[in-house]
Amino acid sequence: METAYLIETVIKIVTILLVFSALAGIGTYFERKVLAFMQRRLGPMNVGPYGIAQVAADGIKLFTKEDIVPTNVVGPIFKIAPVITAATAFMAAAAIPFLPSFEIGGYVVNPIVSDINVGILYVLAVMAVGFYGPLLGGMASANKYALLSAARGAAVFISYEVITGLSLLAPLMMVGSFSLIDLNNFQIEGYWMVVYQPVAMVLFLIAGFAETGRTPFHLVANDHEIIDGFGTEYSGMRWGLFFIGEYANMFFYAFLISILFFGGFGDGSVLGAFALLGKVSFFFFFFLWTRAAWPDVRPDQLMWLCWKVLMPLAVINIVITGFVMMF
Amino acid sequence: MFEAIAFYLFSFLTIVMFWITVTTKHSLYALTALAAGMIFISAFFFILGADFMGVVQIIVYSGAVMALYAFGMMFFDTTRELKEKPTKTRLVPILGALAALLVVLMVIAPVVGENITAHYPIDVAIGNSQAIGMVLFTKYLVPFELAAVMLLVAMIGGIVLAGKMMDEDYSSLSEEQIDEKEGAVS
Repeated sequence: METAYLIETVIKIVTILLVFSALAGIGTYFERKVLAFMQRRLGPMNVGPYGIAQVAADGIKLFTKEDIVPTNVVGPIFKIAPVITAATAFMAAAAIPFLPSFEIGGYVVNPIVSDINVGILYVLAVMAVGFYGPLLGGMASANKYALLSAARGAAVFISYEVITGLSLLAPLMMVGSFSLIDLNNFQIEGYWMVVYQPVAMVLFLIAGFAETGRTPFHLVANDHEIIDGFGTEYSGMRWGLFFIGEYANMFFYAFLISILFFGGFGDGSVLGAFALLGKVSFFFFFFLWTRAAWPDVRPDQLMWLCWKVLMPLAVINIVITGFVMMF
Repeated sequence: MFEAIAFYLFSFLTIVMFWITVTTKHSLYALTALAAGMIFISAFFFILGADFMGVVQIIVYSGAVMALYAFGMMFFDTTRELKEKPTKTRLVPILGALAALLVVLMVIAPVVGENITAHYPIDVAIGNSQAIGMVLFTKYLVPFELAAVMLLVAMIGGIVLAGKMMDEDYSSLSEEQIDEKEGAVS
């Protein structure tokens, strides 16, 4: 039993790592294509048919590029910062059920690494630790623009963590469990959670853009100074790791929204599994869509939105949910 | 067996991280090592089956407290080594060792003296977070409410201290108005 469990877990972890690292690469291709079509351009076209092999070309470029560590940086911290971003993104995936459980030759497989009973809290906590990547990267870079972007990014992450937590509180009160599988099963009998908690869904979605650092909340890049922000001094695969972390986070966030608010994989049939993948694809597309449609907001507008609009809304939502549940 | 391996691995990592935090002269190393140590401590809660406490350890210490330290460190150059001028080089380590010994004795004494039994043992039937909620809202209700009031006081104090010029928006003013205001303040 012990050995079988160990082998199963290792296989699951390796699968998740490989699948989502690859998806992060393919995600960049989709992002460029979607943005191109929305802005009436062609996007990548030269490598392979419709530029589909662009992912491989980018990968080869990133892997073979010289790994430059500039003179004045704090070496060890500078080197470990991208690893933190990528590692925390994948560690968070340990408590996410990616598909309903299925059977291979009489052996039941649960496509979740560990169904701990504080699942959603664990995912959010580990995702939140991911802000150390940009923060330490920026602070170790010996570059004032990188430092500025790190400070701004950290402020955004910390502020919007509050929104994520508070917006989730109302749905969690209704379900009475932190486990993502329980949250999924709650929606089998009744309606989807978005019907009961539309406000929480909108808040969680907005906070998702801030947590993954996507446009319109892409403050980790210094757009007005035309500088890339905390990643300015990075090159090659270290920079690529930041990217993999960001895209993996986007996929995991899409999984979270689909499972929490849009029914997840339903009753666990094959149809439900495909429905979950469809919803995840839609939300990934939604991230790209928003990037094509909206400009970045100013940092002070972002803080105003967080503390003066979203947080009171989330608190009011919790109070109303509490009253409705009590009476 | 896995528990033993995990325990020794994480105790080693935790001790190494906090050792680096105390001994390094580089403030960025200290910050990173302290944050890592805080995360490794949460592993002990997971090994003990206290999942909720483990996650809260990550959120509160690594997510919130260390983030505040990081903000404080934005004010000075973190890429340089700190030049410390240690005074009383013998007294501080001795006092530190004594304090550590005292803490260990205080924790060990009841364990040695009698067989410890859990007041609120882990109930497998109910979840970890439910169990904490039950204890928190029955046995420890008064301390819990007191902590809530203290946090409220701290929050109001923070708003009063920091919110003196909160309703002024410099980005919507013209240059002349900003100059006027700056002149009036200084």
